[in-house]
Amino acid sequence: MQSDLSVYLRSQLNRHLKAGLRRPGDILNPLVFFLMVVTLFPLGLGPEPDKLREMAPGIFWVVALLANLTVSGRLFAADFEDGSLEQMVLAPQSLALSAMAEVIAHWLLSGVTLALVSPVFAAMLNMPVNAMGTLMLSLILGSLCLSLIGAIGAALTVGLRRGGMLLSLLIIPLYVPVLVFGVGAVEEAARGYDASAWLALMGAFALGGLVLAPLAISAGLRISLDS
Amino acid sequence: MSSSNGTARTLLTVVDVAIERGYRRLLQGIGLSVAAGELWQLVGANGLGKTSFLRALAGLSRLGVEGDINHAGQFLYQGHMPGLKPLLTPLENLRWHPSGIVDADENQLCEALAAVGLAGYEETPVHNLSAGQQRRVGLARLWSTAAPLWLLDEPFTAIDVAGAELLEQRMVEHVDEGGAVVFTSHQPNRFAGRLKVLDLADYAV
Repeated sequence: MQSDLSVYLRSQLNRHLKAGLRRPGDILNPLVFFLMVVTLFPLGLGPEPDKLREMAPGIFWVVALLANLTVSGRLFAADFEDGSLEQMVLAPQSLALSAMAEVIAHWLLSGVTLALVSPVFAAMLNMPVNAMGTLMLSLILGSLCLSLIGAIGAALTVGLRRGGMLLSLLIIPLYVPVLVFGVGAVEEAARGYDASAWLALMGAFALGGLVLAPLAISAGLRISLDS
Repeated sequence: MSSSNGTARTLLTVVDVAIERGYRRLLQGIGLSVAAGELWQLVGANGLGKTSFLRALAGLSRLGVEGDINHAGQFLYQGHMPGLKPLLTPLENLRWHPSGIVDADENQLCEALAAVGLAGYEETPVHNLSAGQQRRVGLARLWSTAAPLWLLDEPFTAIDVAGAELLEQRMVEHVDEGGAVVFTSHQPNRFAGRLKVLDLADYAV
């Protein structure tokens, strides 16, 4: 049974990763959004390096949160429209498992990609080099949390015609702890202090999300499909 | 599939089922027993609740469904949309199907695609196929599953005459092998005498 579950998890991960990689626009759009916003901030605030450096962690995390929000809302929309969601619900394996495969694929293609290119954007905001590692690590952990939270909202609103506003109302309050921990970690690192406490909090949040979010996502998907 | 006393194994039992949609009761008092070797067609006018009933049989609808529905073993459900990803190839779609029921190896999946007339299209992204061919990719699951009970919603829609005949033949083969099929369709005069018909108009409220 264990191998049956792992085979299914692997097959669904392959399915979503392969489909995602063949749609490079979906990977690039959040990065382009990020680039545009990061470019606009120096124009709006003025090109003073010290001011940008001071504000960089906050700017970075708010933009990361908004970039995630733009893509999370559509996470299960295609599955709902093409009939995949019905098949996921009927699978002998747990719906939480197949939903998690989709969330993890989404995180790898959006969150981890953003974390990997984040030093380029951070340099544009004059962030100190010694904070780059913490920034990347916090984005990897934080984007996992954002994807999990976004997936709960997406699951609850997938069947609604105009669920965008409801989605924002549902998930933005849940994003706040991730934002606070993420900004805290990067600020500490930028000042030259140890950021491990903030990162540990984010790690705990991510682990809690990995345990609890699948249950909420699968319940949300069942409700959406049934109504 | 017959038991020792000669009666066929029951694969689906429906007792006193009622269906509501949007706070309106559509159907009530439906009873049905589907045994191995049986082919059931659900008929009724548009909007009567055929799809809602079939979804209830599959367990996809729980809100607005009353009564008892019991399956004996695994079943395959195919709705209006077959659950295909347009950017994946037919082979990838079957191999990684979200239903988790893939009872076939790579060669058998290729044979299933060949059976529905898609030999040579195994590696073509689904979005490059015609609507009818896409429909055939979904139907290829019927050639690669071991589920004894099939629940099919409008399986003959959007496929050509040859495809419909092929599908009819496959459904007959399946029931001959001890399976059972319940399907909705507006097409009459299929399956020459083998068909059992459940007219949902008899249960309309």
